[in-house]
Amino acid sequence: MMYDFLVDLFGNSVFADIIAGTIQSLLPLFLFILPFALFAVYLERKVSAHMQDRLGPMRTGWHGWKQTIADIIKLIQKEDIIATDNDKLLFNLAPIVVFVGSYAAFAAIPFSSYFIGTELDLGIFYIVAVTGLVVAGILMAGWASNNKYSLLGSMRSVAQIISYEIPTILVMLSLVMISGTMSLHTLSEQQTGYAWNWYIFGGPGMTLSKFLLIPSMFIGFLIIYISTLAEVNRTPFDIPEAESELVSGYHTEYSGMKFAMFFLAEYANMFAVSAIVVALFLGGYQSPVGYFGDLIGASWMIPIEQFTWFTVKGLFFVFVQMWLRWTLPRLRVDQLMTTSWKYLIPIAFVNLIIIGLITLL
Amino acid sequence: MKKAEEIFQLLKDNFPASNLELKTDQPTEAIIIASPLEIDKICFFLHDAPELLFDDLMNLSGVDEPKAGVLTVYYHLGSTKIKHKITLKVSTDRNKPEVSTVTEVWKSADWHEREAYDLLGIIFLNHPDLRRILMPYDWDAGYPLRKDYENPEFYQGMKVPY
Amino acid sequence: MAIKTEEMVLNMGPQHPSTHGVLRLELALEGEIITNVIPHIGYLHRCFEKHCEAMTYPQIVPYTDRMDYLAPMGNEFGYAIAMEKLLGIQVPERVDYIRVIMAELQRISSHLVALGTYGADIGAFTPFLYCFIDREKVLNLFEITCGARLLYNYIWIGGLSHDLHPDFVRKTREFIKEFRPNLKEINDLLSHNRIFIDRTANVGILPIDTAINYGVSGPNLRGSGFKWDIRKDDPYSIYNKFDFDIPVGEGKYGTVGDSWDRYYVRVLEMEESCRIIEQALDQLPEGDVQSAIPKRVKPVVGNVYARVENPRGDLGYFIISDGSTSPYRVKVRAPSFVTMQVLNELCKGYMVADVVTILGSIDIVLGEIDR
Repeated sequence: MMYDFLVDLFGNSVFADIIAGTIQSLLPLFLFILPFALFAVYLERKVSAHMQDRLGPMRTGWHGWKQTIADIIKLIQKEDIIATDNDKLLFNLAPIVVFVGSYAAFAAIPFSSYFIGTELDLGIFYIVAVTGLVVAGILMAGWASNNKYSLLGSMRSVAQIISYEIPTILVMLSLVMISGTMSLHTLSEQQTGYAWNWYIFGGPGMTLSKFLLIPSMFIGFLIIYISTLAEVNRTPFDIPEAESELVSGYHTEYSGMKFAMFFLAEYANMFAVSAIVVALFLGGYQSPVGYFGDLIGASWMIPIEQFTWFTVKGLFFVFVQMWLRWTLPRLRVDQLMTTSWKYLIPIAFVNLIIIGLITLL
Repeated sequence: MKKAEEIFQLLKDNFPASNLELKTDQPTEAIIIASPLEIDKICFFLHDAPELLFDDLMNLSGVDEPKAGVLTVYYHLGSTKIKHKITLKVSTDRNKPEVSTVTEVWKSADWHEREAYDLLGIIFLNHPDLRRILMPYDWDAGYPLRKDYENPEFYQGMKVPY
Repeated sequence: MAIKTEEMVLNMGPQHPSTHGVLRLELALEGEIITNVIPHIGYLHRCFEKHCEAMTYPQIVPYTDRMDYLAPMGNEFGYAIAMEKLLGIQVPERVDYIRVIMAELQRISSHLVALGTYGADIGAFTPFLYCFIDREKVLNLFEITCGARLLYNYIWIGGLSHDLHPDFVRKTREFIKEFRPNLKEINDLLSHNRIFIDRTANVGILPIDTAINYGVSGPNLRGSGFKWDIRKDDPYSIYNKFDFDIPVGEGKYGTVGDSWDRYYVRVLEMEESCRIIEQALDQLPEGDVQSAIPKRVKPVVGNVYARVENPRGDLGYFIISDGSTSPYRVKVRAPSFVTMQVLNELCKGYMVADVVTILGSIDIVLGEIDR
């Protein structure tokens, strides 16, 4: 649509290509990721405050809604401190790498049937690959900071993310086996209709294998949710930035805008992993109860409804992440590894085999 | 439960060569005075003797007594099993303040003795780690709790009196 | 080919969120495993003992507040007990009762901070604020009594600075009524949380013999399963008039004497403190709280050692009098100071994260260690 409009405007498809590409790639950043990250920080403060019998930010604007905006402005204005013994190149590169890694994941996330950055056939594969970039960024940050706390934090973080990627991928693999596709868009499309077509309830169709799949799918859902929690370093797996031990982990030495980039990447990541879980298991952008647009015959409403459903589902899981953070203590680093290697990975493997057998039926 | 007199008698019997003394003219508790270089042996006995079992070193404090020309160490001992208490006291020459350590008997004496060394300059012989503890490690202006201590003008180039 | 490894030395503190003040720990690490811990103290040294030699006896009371700043009432109580023993003063009964009530309220507030910060050390921040809500109520009670919320200067030699506020008894009863369900909530949220148990049980095990030899006292000693409480075993004031239990560690989720036991003993102790306060409020006699305060404090030549059970353990005062109006020497046996020595013994072989767990479980206050 946008492409046709631009070709009309410029009469030149090469030019239109470039501009459309730029707009399309920047659009999610400005329309969604930045506002979302700001909102998520605000939400985190309010959620934690109300869980702890406090009010949270109240002074800036109505119920403090301007607080995070003020914070970001403050962070942008702040002096950028680089210690003399830092590895300058890596130190400056690390926040960009981390931010790009988590931002690039949004490209393949289907917000609605019409609003997808790029409709990749290998969407799942792409997301797994591109979020791997975050690991490199974190290790760079920890190493370049020339600070023992940062180094310990980044080592822990890398070990943790790599360990927890394995159960995540195993669960994703089982989904790919059932659905026969790696495109998140196609996956979402398969789960259309009502809530019982979602993959957490065994996927579409009313066959015997659907009902056999349900327990395995619930297990798979739990595994992927736990491991995504670990991948975004949230409690009870926030060991890399355990403030009571490591001050604040790999970004201890960062200030100003570079810190803000880590900070925004963290919150963007929270939504990204929730979105993946939603797209895989909970019907993606599909409504659980049918569309209002269908009911009144206004098909233009459907993408908007889909977008709303997707955001609501995603935000719900972000909320659950916050809920857990303000309720649970954190694990120790060896217990974290135990959880992954001794429990999640074997269970995910067995689950994968069971699902494979069922799909052969 | 043993009274101070009984404990003193036991010590007298077991350390006939030692110069022990019982002082009961205190308003509160009686004090047994011992010699500074034998205090470790006496403490071992007090700790291990089955009828005494002083397993708890409640307190260890150094005191400066310039009028008598001595530095004194008080040991407040208690027993968690028999629930009796006793106070020991040793005095050592102010110019050569040497006392045997009791860290072998009670590990808790470690920091107490370091503190007494730090603030009063009492040297505890055979102490495993006799360094300053509350003051900076490189404090070279003497021992603050001595009665004739005077603040230095400067510490590491910083002015001390403010 | 063997990989060349090197021991890493990590400085924890003096500016670190989990050292509970300005404590510096020099950690020698083999990977994440601790091989040695050297505590460096003295960053908060305020020359309390030197100050005392220049002040009169009553002037020292406010300074004792500043040692264990989470339990000033206990510090004042100990000093008052020592001085009254030296002077031979018998205080009116009402004074004794009020002192016990204050000391026990202080124990509750101090243990609440210990619990809350311990939760925060493990990573659960919410219980910290829940604890502070209740602590705030205790501080309000202190505020209506003596006007101060943190450093009270309330228990004087031979008496108290103020009598109770007319509302105090009613408000204290209300507080205890509200506090018990809150304590249960904290238990549900933290004490019996699976992750919390995994982090604290079987970590930093302290056997009884080691504990006694290192002079560990108070809840830390009781956490090792040894029933020892100065309130019962060497009673002072009027503690022998009350009926209360001494909770000890039982190794419910691990070995006796682990961090969880030390933590849980504090939870149980708060309940016992509530019982003592209730009994004291029931029996509270009338009287003048200032009648026994001496006009001029000038003890005879001699010395005294008195100890009380502070929230952190066995707090002792050794006071030497030379017959003048100011002490010749005051030495404080601060429970945290003595307990800190056992840290190396506890931490060896555990991980960096466990240092925080263990340090939190022995509940130190740097104001008291450095004096």
